[in-house]
Amino acid sequence: MCATCGCGPTSHHEHDHGHSHENTQKTGKTIVDVEQDILQENNLLAARNRGFFEGRNILAINLVSSPGSGKTSLLERTLTDLKGTLSFAVIEGDQQTANDADRIHATGTKVTQINTGKGCHLDAHMVLHAVQGMKLSADSVLFIENVGNLVCPAMFDLGEQERAVVISVTEGEDKPLKYPDMFHTSTLCIINKTDLLPYVKFNVEKAKEYARQVNPSLEIIELSCTSGEGMQQWYDWLKSKVLTPA
Amino acid sequence: MHELSIVMSIVDLATKEAAKHHASAIEEIELDIGCLSGIDMDSFDFAWQQAVKRTILEKANRKVNRIEGSARCSDCDTHFKMVQLYDSCPNCKSHLAEIVRGKELKVKSLVLPD
Repeated sequence: MCATCGCGPTSHHEHDHGHSHENTQKTGKTIVDVEQDILQENNLLAARNRGFFEGRNILAINLVSSPGSGKTSLLERTLTDLKGTLSFAVIEGDQQTANDADRIHATGTKVTQINTGKGCHLDAHMVLHAVQGMKLSADSVLFIENVGNLVCPAMFDLGEQERAVVISVTEGEDKPLKYPDMFHTSTLCIINKTDLLPYVKFNVEKAKEYARQVNPSLEIIELSCTSGEGMQQWYDWLKSKVLTPA
Repeated sequence: MHELSIVMSIVDLATKEAAKHHASAIEEIELDIGCLSGIDMDSFDFAWQQAVKRTILEKANRKVNRIEGSARCSDCDTHFKMVQLYDSCPNCKSHLAEIVRGKELKVKSLVLPD
């Protein structure tokens, strides 16, 4: 299933997946020991993406969250504030429309929109094609904004170095327990919209506790794209992950 | 509904394997699906019914081995059964654990007709 170039399962990139064993029973039936990971195709393409990113010293960050947590707003503010400090590019993933890409484009940043159609997540294959058309510069940061969905994108490695899960204080603080797979596979958790804390019942400490129960090594940053509170911590984190060329 | 993508990957994988053996149908497919793999079996069953239509797996008998989650505590080395990713060590209550089993998502074997 490919939404970027139309190639389907039968015309997918061919990879040799090693060998399989077979034995024929007395009945004449053949049993083939396959022993292959179902996500192998995606994982191979993710490894290819990762190698490309590493070779060019590109920091690829997969941004995941439920719809409306503020991923695009976070990017808009980040791209504007850090313009001239770091070099950026963005891949936007949505089921439909180029609205988010238009918002990113308005900040003057190189952006590609992937529309997944009925698809509920980005996969490594889509990112591969998007990257092929982008001419990414070396020593840059690539944000991959995944489809707003706290379930499905968790399973699909895109080849990113960091996975940042965004939740906002207008959601329930038990999100990490309800959707543990996403928090388990992420390296950073951003708690967004902290300017709204006086008006909602969100318990930040509880949310952090739950997130760390699922993933004890998860880094957590609280911020507000609207007020700017906490943004510096996010920028410091970002800069700490960028390997400056020797 | 990522289960649909998963089923389509299985169809893809099975089609390639069957082609290697010049088989035009698959009688049985055996899968390992760990309880911590992120697959909802109801969604998986639903996706399966739709996605195998007019494929080599359409008439295949499906055998699924559900593998229970287990983990090893990184603090005290205790092995314990993990039902949820946020389960803590029953011995020292630590959440720092390494998953040993339960993440499997694998096509184990196929049975091809003679």
